[in-house]
Amino acid sequence: MKGGASRARLAAGARWSALAVLVAAALLFPVVFPDPVLTNYGVFTLIFVTAASAWNVFSGFSGYISLGQAVFFGSGAYAVGIAARDWQVSGVAVFALLPLAALVGAAIAVPFGLVALRVRRHTFIVVTIAVFFIFQLMAFNFSFTGGSSGLPAPFLSWQAASYNNPFYYIALASAIGIIAVAWLIRRARFGLQLRAIRDDEDRARGLGVRAMRVKLAAFTVSAAATGLVGGLWFLYLTQVEPQSGFDPLFDLSIVLMAFLGGLGTIAGPVLGALIIEPGQLYLTIRFTNGYYGEILLGAIFLAVVLFMPRGIIPTAGEWIRRLTTRGRSALPVGAPQAPGPVPRGPEGPRRRPGAEDPPPEASEAPAREARQ
Amino acid sequence: MSVLLRTEGVHKSYGGVQALDACTVQIEEGEVAGLIGPNGSGKTTLFNVITGYAKADAGEVYLSGRKITNTAPDKVFALGIGRTFQLTRIFPSLTVMENMLVPCRSTRAADRKRAMEQLEFVGIAGYHAAPAGSLSYGQRKLLELAYVLVADPAIILLDEPAGGVNLSLVNNIADRIRELNAAGKTFLIVEHNMEFVMGLCDQVTVLDSGTVVAAGPPDVVRTDRRVLDAYLGEDIVDDADPGEGA
Repeated sequence: MKGGASRARLAAGARWSALAVLVAAALLFPVVFPDPVLTNYGVFTLIFVTAASAWNVFSGFSGYISLGQAVFFGSGAYAVGIAARDWQVSGVAVFALLPLAALVGAAIAVPFGLVALRVRRHTFIVVTIAVFFIFQLMAFNFSFTGGSSGLPAPFLSWQAASYNNPFYYIALASAIGIIAVAWLIRRARFGLQLRAIRDDEDRARGLGVRAMRVKLAAFTVSAAATGLVGGLWFLYLTQVEPQSGFDPLFDLSIVLMAFLGGLGTIAGPVLGALIIEPGQLYLTIRFTNGYYGEILLGAIFLAVVLFMPRGIIPTAGEWIRRLTTRGRSALPVGAPQAPGPVPRGPEGPRRRPGAEDPPPEASEAPAREARQ
Repeated sequence: MSVLLRTEGVHKSYGGVQALDACTVQIEEGEVAGLIGPNGSGKTTLFNVITGYAKADAGEVYLSGRKITNTAPDKVFALGIGRTFQLTRIFPSLTVMENMLVPCRSTRAADRKRAMEQLEFVGIAGYHAAPAGSLSYGQRKLLELAYVLVADPAIILLDEPAGGVNLSLVNNIADRIRELNAAGKTFLIVEHNMEFVMGLCDQVTVLDSGTVVAAGPPDVVRTDRRVLDAYLGEDIVDDADPGEGA
């Protein structure tokens, strides 16, 4: 057991060291690669790291697949644009409007969630798409949003060579912030309740989980982070139109990033965004149109769903476990070795979990909760 | 003894099917009560109405004299009614310990300790770090019982605790129930296994077509003509075979 504990400590140490190296590398990236072309990749990638992680805090943990995150992204962008225009905010002071973008995202999530979270599964997805189109149509048709021509952002008279850097560091801070929040949520009772809801919401309710409250809280946290980077994206691009602020491809992208990396894991959406966003940008810039990127996105989505439905992180973790256990049942540390009685069940004495397929009822449990 | 749980004239229908028809059941504090009846007699529906999973069309449910009719499942649980399901419902992607912590107030050490004690009590503590989805069916039954116990409810509703598990595990579950009952815990058990029910319960209520047709001590109920007609069949007096009607 001592060996196991020290191995676990070593693994934890290695994880923290790797994380420190990653953060240091991210901090030094604009210094080492000051080329604006490269820092441009960095800004967009970090915006999507934040958005995909924020999506994962709600959808990945709870299993409610939202295709309406662009509502918060676009609303964050428009909130900053409208506030800057109406309050005549200019210069560096526009960055002070970013918390407002988060607040607007969160404020929209509450009524949105109260309606959408009453239904589940496919119906929930359809409701989120419907709300998304309502917001896009509103942006097109209201005068205060600037109609189809959208809104311009205040001009920032910075040097071109280092123009991207402040955006990069704000996006990095947002990404680190939401990853830390996701990590804390996953460790807390809140995260446990979300994951219980994902497995069987009705059962969770019968154990005292206030499902609506928990789901709404996660939805709101996710919306706030998405709204914030929506505001940042608007300031960076200096323009928002209804079709770019409320873009269905935004939702498709962040969902794909989370699926590719590993739904419900902390590192999965980060890894997915780090792979997909630079690739998509490269294709768009290299071929000067967006179609290649979109075709690639669709192709990756198909490949992930067909060949790696759990995503890279869980699949790789399983491979590593298989290698280290050399084909033995990959049990978590402590299961077979732990002290305490092993039940003598229907299968005879001293069996290991996983030695026999779960009963057919196991796979039926989540399906039962689909009653709406 | 005082009345802990009482349903009064509960009606519930699904479309044209009358699942519960003026159903009145009473459970005394500290007893192990059995609820039996043929398939479709409304046993699980009554559980669902009591625990808030189904809304009663009419009638009332009382817990310690307090009206709790049509209260949401999470509130019913908080009020002190824990239940298990006929088809075991655990959280397969969570570890066994995480399953135990779902009904707890926190994930701190004190709650983990209590959770571990309950896992030890039902005999699956060795699997605390394993994914719950990897447990066998019998172990899942024990886990479901354990995580209901960890919240220390006033009454536990067990829906077919002996269904689909072998004799040694049935005896194990029965022993755990006896032990808990000796410590003052109240149970209401739906079960088709007559031996299990008759050997364990202080009082048995028989449902047929959503209505209570008999109630009383097991020896009285098993010889009641209405019960024999409605459910057990006349042979049961001589041969109480478990599992018929399933």
